[in-house]
Amino acid sequence: MAKLHVSTTINGEPVEYLCEPNDTMLDALRGPLGLTGSKEGCSSGDCGACSITLDDRLVCSCLMLAVEAEGRQVGTIEGMAKGGKLHPLQQTFLEMAALQCGICTSGMLVASEALLRKNPKPSEEEVRFWLAGNLCRCTGYDKIVRAVLEAAAELRETVQ
Amino acid sequence: MTDVRYLAPTTLDEAIRAYAAAGSAARILAGGTDLLVQMRSGVVQPGLIVDIKKIDEMMAIEETADGGFRIGAAVSGAVLAEHPRFGRVWPGVLEAVNLIGSKQVQGRASAGGNLCNGSPAGDSVPALVAAGANVMIQGPEGCREMPVAKVPAGPGRTNLKPGEILVSFTLPSRPSGSGDAYLRMIPRTEMDIAVVGCGVSLSLEGGVCTAARVGLGAVAPTVLLVEEAAKALIGSKLDDAAVRAAATACSAACRPIDDKRGTIVYRTKVAGVLLTRAVAIAARRAGGN
Repeated sequence: MAKLHVSTTINGEPVEYLCEPNDTMLDALRGPLGLTGSKEGCSSGDCGACSITLDDRLVCSCLMLAVEAEGRQVGTIEGMAKGGKLHPLQQTFLEMAALQCGICTSGMLVASEALLRKNPKPSEEEVRFWLAGNLCRCTGYDKIVRAVLEAAAELRETVQ
Repeated sequence: MTDVRYLAPTTLDEAIRAYAAAGSAARILAGGTDLLVQMRSGVVQPGLIVDIKKIDEMMAIEETADGGFRIGAAVSGAVLAEHPRFGRVWPGVLEAVNLIGSKQVQGRASAGGNLCNGSPAGDSVPALVAAGANVMIQGPEGCREMPVAKVPAGPGRTNLKPGEILVSFTLPSRPSGSGDAYLRMIPRTEMDIAVVGCGVSLSLEGGVCTAARVGLGAVAPTVLLVEEAAKALIGSKLDDAAVRAAATACSAACRPIDDKRGTIVYRTKVAGVLLTRAVAIAARRAGGN
């Protein structure tokens, strides 16, 4: 059975890979592409650990076929830190201890970045609703929500 | 190992030819939020996956000349929410579509997929039934239109014939003084499947209800159009007695099951409660037009 050839852009870089027709994007990222920052939690779109962006839109990579990335722009957690410098969300998560085991963290970060791009000044309630599709079994969410609000405030200052 | 093929045609004709030729082994891929879960769990092992997202009419949102809307079947909830006018004309339909899953799921899931998945609890379906939406279906024998309420045939089944593909929804134009609303009961605040869902669309003229439609979800094998409830509202000033009669009609229409989400008694009662609340929201929106 012939594999499918996909040409896409991942974190701004042109990338090509081969995949089976029924491989998920998460399979491709974690397999041939070696981008293991996106995690596999539930494989059914409930936990958000595999969150990526597709043309800047937040999606679960477990609910997308790898072949669907053809010609699109994919963004993963690996593209978040720029030039060796952590994104303010990553830095704030570290400083405010918004993670324990880390499995949910890349999904939380990718989802939070998508939120702040759309809404730079979210309320606590808006953060909680936005992150309803990202499950964390360690922290109880409170530190995560506070870290997102703190990073949002920092990012607003940087922009001003 | 089963041989799976993937096709992403750019025209509807091409999609229908491939889909019809592959028979029952073929599956349509829109947002994939149901299909990929079914493939993963082994419930579905498609021989052919037809990705319809490269077909223009599947992805378009258009305002029609008469003031209605045409929504491509594969338009995601997130894209629909960003349309500048749709949510102002049909706020109830939009809130129903935007209740499907998380933000991640919203980025992909479509009203067309929600309808074709055939779940009695699909959130967008009661709101589209209340809105009086029709679907355009195309197949090897041509094109046909049917009301949304006629599409579901039972849990997981639709009345689409082999080879037919759901192409778009058409929503009628709105007279001024119209409003709609969708409410669902879930034990959580988000990310859950409806125990009961209720969509209401109505028009008011001088305080009198001149038109109404009610859709109920998760209380029968298919989403229901509750004509008796609409009759109780039409001609009234939406006074307590009329709304109570409509709520009673909703409860009477229920043929639910007992399951872990809710009992028959609970669902039947909640259907009436949601109707009462949804009418109040739709009426407020109608007054604001």
